[in-house]
Amino acid sequence: MPTGPETPRWIKAEREGLHLPTIGWWIDPSRAVANALVTHGHADHARGGHGEVWATAATRDIIDLRYGTPPGGGDVAYGECIEIGDSITATFLPAGHVLGSAQILLERQGERIIVTGDYKRRPDPTCAPFTPAPCDILITEATFALPIFTHPPIEREIARLRAARDANPDRTILVGAYALGKAQRVIAELRRAGYHETIWLHGAMTAMCDLYQRHGVALGTLVPVSETPRGDLKGQIVICPPSALNSVWARRLPDPVNAVASGWMRVRQRAVQSNVELPLIISDHCDWNELTATILEVAPQETWITHGREDALLHWCAMRQIRARALDLVGREDEDEAA
Amino acid sequence: MDRFARLLTDLIYTRARNGKLALLADYLRDVPDPDRGWALAGLTGEIDFPAIKAGIVRALIQERVDPVLFALSRDFVGDTAETVSLMWPAPTGPVRGAPGVSEAVALLASASRETAKAVLAGLLDRLDEDGRFALLKLATGALRIGVSARLAKTAFAQAFGVALDEVEELWHAMRPPYAELFAWATGAAPKPDISMVPVFRPFMLANPLEDEVIDLKDYAAEWKWDGIRIQIVSAGGATRLFSRGGEDITESFPDVAEAFDHEGVLDGELLVRGTHQGGGAASFNALQQRLGRKTVPGSLLAAYPAFVRLYDILLDGADDLRRLPWSARRARLEGIAQRLDRSAFDISALIEAETFEALAELRAQARESDIEGVMLKRRDSAYEPGRKAGLWFKWKREPLTADCVLMYAQRGSGKRSSLYSDYTFGCWTAPEAEGGVLLPVGKAYSGFSDEELKWLDSFVRKQTTGRFGPVREVEKSLVLEVAFDAVNPSTRHKSGIAMRFPRISRIRRDKPANEADLIETLRRMTAAGAKADDASKPQPN
Repeated sequence: MPTGPETPRWIKAEREGLHLPTIGWWIDPSRAVANALVTHGHADHARGGHGEVWATAATRDIIDLRYGTPPGGGDVAYGECIEIGDSITATFLPAGHVLGSAQILLERQGERIIVTGDYKRRPDPTCAPFTPAPCDILITEATFALPIFTHPPIEREIARLRAARDANPDRTILVGAYALGKAQRVIAELRRAGYHETIWLHGAMTAMCDLYQRHGVALGTLVPVSETPRGDLKGQIVICPPSALNSVWARRLPDPVNAVASGWMRVRQRAVQSNVELPLIISDHCDWNELTATILEVAPQETWITHGREDALLHWCAMRQIRARALDLVGREDEDEAA
Repeated sequence: MDRFARLLTDLIYTRARNGKLALLADYLRDVPDPDRGWALAGLTGEIDFPAIKAGIVRALIQERVDPVLFALSRDFVGDTAETVSLMWPAPTGPVRGAPGVSEAVALLASASRETAKAVLAGLLDRLDEDGRFALLKLATGALRIGVSARLAKTAFAQAFGVALDEVEELWHAMRPPYAELFAWATGAAPKPDISMVPVFRPFMLANPLEDEVIDLKDYAAEWKWDGIRIQIVSAGGATRLFSRGGEDITESFPDVAEAFDHEGVLDGELLVRGTHQGGGAASFNALQQRLGRKTVPGSLLAAYPAFVRLYDILLDGADDLRRLPWSARRARLEGIAQRLDRSAFDISALIEAETFEALAELRAQARESDIEGVMLKRRDSAYEPGRKAGLWFKWKREPLTADCVLMYAQRGSGKRSSLYSDYTFGCWTAPEAEGGVLLPVGKAYSGFSDEELKWLDSFVRKQTTGRFGPVREVEKSLVLEVAFDAVNPSTRHKSGIAMRFPRISRIRRDKPANEADLIETLRRMTAAGAKADDASKPQPN
């Protein structure tokens, strides 16, 4: 791992996350710590049990919902800058990934480091759009960092979802989507496309959808499947966590069409292996072109690459004489992927 | 190409057989000639472009994209055609519209080794992702999309309301893009005449005999030989051998093909000479030495001489005998068999038994001579393709059974993808009280009712003690009675044995796991074990 002379000493990449050693703070640590800055609410970034958590109000609400123990710390609004010690400030900028997701801009004596967390560049009706900002070090995710990943327009995928529903009046269209973010985005995009019928939810989805609505994201009429006779779900769209697709729960639905909304659905073998009939290529991460375009746009002196297929992005940077290194962080996976 | 590409994509994501059939039938009906014919050739694996090889595709993509990025992507996707279709860069200049299947086939067929890359690149530039995927699959001849040739032909028959048997029969005389076949199926032309072409005819098959008692006045009995069922066809001066699926296996058995000198179509069992099965036939294992070869060395011909034990006759010259009763066909076959080369052909003898009970007795003795069982054929039955009820029966000898303990389970596929329906079970190395452990002895995914499957699935879910990827390990508490046809020694399994056709015959919830069978008990059921047992028995004086 090359460490050039310009690598600042006040930030260190540890296995457990990004560490600010002079003040003992962490960013998205994978174990409980005293002081954490958290980019967003997905479980691989937001763990329970921290002493103080500084994050957007939505992210802190999500942490409350998931872990039940309200942490200390406080809400940070987008654009707000907080001082955290040793002349270090943290500014939260929208990341466009899920509700409340933020990039964290760390500054100290004129040095600027951006931790993107997970991010995407496409418009998303459920969250604020990614705001690019100049920096010296860009710490970027690389979930879909292979040139095979180019996400199609979401309008196309939503149209395919609706076409499948129209073509299968006797079957439930069962959409596997991560409970935080993907589910609400699929619902919001269906609404944006003019679909105003009831959308049905697996029990694990309802609390998060309520939280989104409390934060002003309109999702229309949502009803839990448990309150509905099974026969009424013919020709209806049901959203569930991906892990519920082949479960005993799903078996009770009328002959469900298994759909999954994920960037991984771009690869047929992946989709077929997970027994998917309707693969919807809908991702809350950048695709390859967006990742590389972001690096060119932000033009940092150095790019650090976290969780994902860093080999390809490292190679791409090397071919363009862009300084880059891969960080070896533990436990970074899509939610549900590991399950 | 768009329509063909959509078909392939839909087929990949459709699990149910009927769903696949409907997609294929729609395509074959909607798309005009000759596109649909070329597509059908692609689906049945009857298309080959000698200049287009997988290596050409790999070389081409590495000229267009960074080879390191390609290699990383290929590793992730696991399939070259799909990787190339996903990362092929958009063309820089203007290109013509997407080619049709026929145009693509014509261009690929015209390519030489020198022009192959340019031809392929020109086509890829004109297609979108799905189109590129379809083109590359078609071009390299490896579709692997879960559609067998048989399924494609079934869809063809359904699309046009013609008999699958007729399609199968005509198929081997047709060449892509099958203009004559489509013309006949759509009613535009009469049925093609194939009497001078050596083609495959669908087999007549037997149903298992369950609890029926058969009157031997109505049924003839033969031994069920353990080889491979073949059809031997001679017409227009050429002889061909076809396996049960209609696959041409002439190349593997030139000795048999050359020895056949009678125009017509015969049905029989392909065997090699030996002593194992009685009647001068070796074991199935011996036959396997001869299977799947493009060329056969002389040493193999000498060591494993093949022959056909004749069962039936379908055509004698151009004379179609299939509507005649079995007894009339048998008389005809006996006449012909006498004139054939004795070293390569004999006739399957009828079993002399006065009564069904006497036959049952003979069958019970069959295990010792390692014969699979008995065939029963209705004396007045026409030669009907497929498995028609009540005409032919196979009466296998009683299965063996053992009490085994459920160890691991895995989900099934298709309809069963939400159910743990594949079971691995084991037997004890020694009594548990003496420190014995369970070792897997087999795997089964049939034999149970839907109700039992539900119960087993819920047992697995409740009793899971470990997970290894898709496999669940369960509490070793459930005894399954497993039925199987035979058990053979095996060096590939830790238990040292392998079961043939294991299936779950009963769930023994009443039996504690420590009372399940020992591996030693199974070992004694192998032929070698049985002989060792006999030798150790005290001999009567």
